[in-house]
Amino acid sequence: MKHRPVPPPTPSQTIGPFFPPHLIPPGANDLTSRAPGAPPAAGEIVLLSGRIIGEGGKPAVNALIEIWQADAAGRFDHPADRRNTPVDRNFAFWGRARTDGEGGYRFRTIKPGSVDGASAPHISVTILGSGLMRRLVTRMYFPDATLNESDPLLRSLDEARRRRLIARRKSPRGGEGEELALVFDIVLRGEGETPFLDD
Amino acid sequence: MSKTPPGDAVLAAFARYDDASQPSRVVAGYPNTRTRTPAAAPVVYAPGLSEITGPTFDPAALRPGEDNLAVAPDTGRRAIGQIIVLTGRVGDEDGRPVRHSLVELWQANGAGRYIHGHDDNDAPLDPDFTGVGRAMTDSEGYYRFVTIKPGAYPVPDSGNWWRPPHIHFSLFGSSAMSRLVTQMYFPGEPLNADDRLINSVPDAAARERLVCRVVENPLAPTPALGFAFDIVLRGRAATPWIEA
Repeated sequence: MKHRPVPPPTPSQTIGPFFPPHLIPPGANDLTSRAPGAPPAAGEIVLLSGRIIGEGGKPAVNALIEIWQADAAGRFDHPADRRNTPVDRNFAFWGRARTDGEGGYRFRTIKPGSVDGASAPHISVTILGSGLMRRLVTRMYFPDATLNESDPLLRSLDEARRRRLIARRKSPRGGEGEELALVFDIVLRGEGETPFLDD
Repeated sequence: MSKTPPGDAVLAAFARYDDASQPSRVVAGYPNTRTRTPAAAPVVYAPGLSEITGPTFDPAALRPGEDNLAVAPDTGRRAIGQIIVLTGRVGDEDGRPVRHSLVELWQANGAGRYIHGHDDNDAPLDPDFTGVGRAMTDSEGYYRFVTIKPGAYPVPDSGNWWRPPHIHFSLFGSSAMSRLVTQMYFPGEPLNADDRLINSVPDAAARERLVCRVVENPLAPTPALGFAFDIVLRGRAATPWIEA
């Protein structure tokens, strides 16, 4: 066997403007089941929507947004989560969506549990797009979550920046039943810029 | 070396990327890099379970032939262009194979045109070429695609910047920290030297690692050009953080 030094990670390059729609099939933005028509995941359903915005309030059209989160009990379906508690195998854990002509995106998911009892429930967000030579990573937190007060990441930010990581409730609308409708706008640059995480 | 049984995921630790071997975020002559790059410094934080875990994909979700872009799935007709076989190994920073992991690939056709609503290039579409493929790495981290060599194309409103022939890759690896989207280039292409995206990577050796190498044709005696592109994803073997 040959032993050669391993180089550092391969350089990133922008995803560019031509990511194939074929890789964002219908249902890619619905995490509440593993496939259209498959048994539903447990937990409170969340309708998450928002806009991705560049400098000067210009919508980031045709960007890719990917989310990754725990199930309703705070578990991940992954070998690095070695806890003995049950995993919701009806939950999809990951999804992706492309922003529309207004920079808008939407997901249907469930409210995750706290992953460790200390950090507040959150959704990990990755943004890829033309002009982003490297991905951007952030987190979305939930409004009115008690653990927001003690979450280490939120606590490390000043009040204005901390608020930008917490989604807001969409004004109540008829016909949405028990679903929690949240809005999380992401500002890539400029006024109200979203805090992004070191990568 | 660890004694990880075959098929078991290696639990990994992650360091921040080395900026010299990653592209600068703002690139001259590429205006979107200025208007979409955050002005504030990134938040330094301690990655937790949300980061050291990540999506895994069921190989059964892939249909046979998704790794062969050179033949149209519906008609069986061959795409226009030079047939290439693209192989490579996906590994982590300790050289361990990244096993059974999804690789997504997309590219322009032989004339430099994508099937995408945002591609305004007037080069013709090829009805027998979708330009998109998927494959899983095998138990040693290797992937293989059969496709055609993409054409170069001009970037609109850029002062006649032509992108050299390239293939886009999207990889997930073992965790959310190892996610990588990149582009692979071909050796000996005159357009490589002035490409704004290749040149966004400060370190020359790192730029070279974006270029595939010529290898023997694995399909011989069926004619094809062989290329290899190895990929290193972030992550080193580690003992797990979380046991509860």
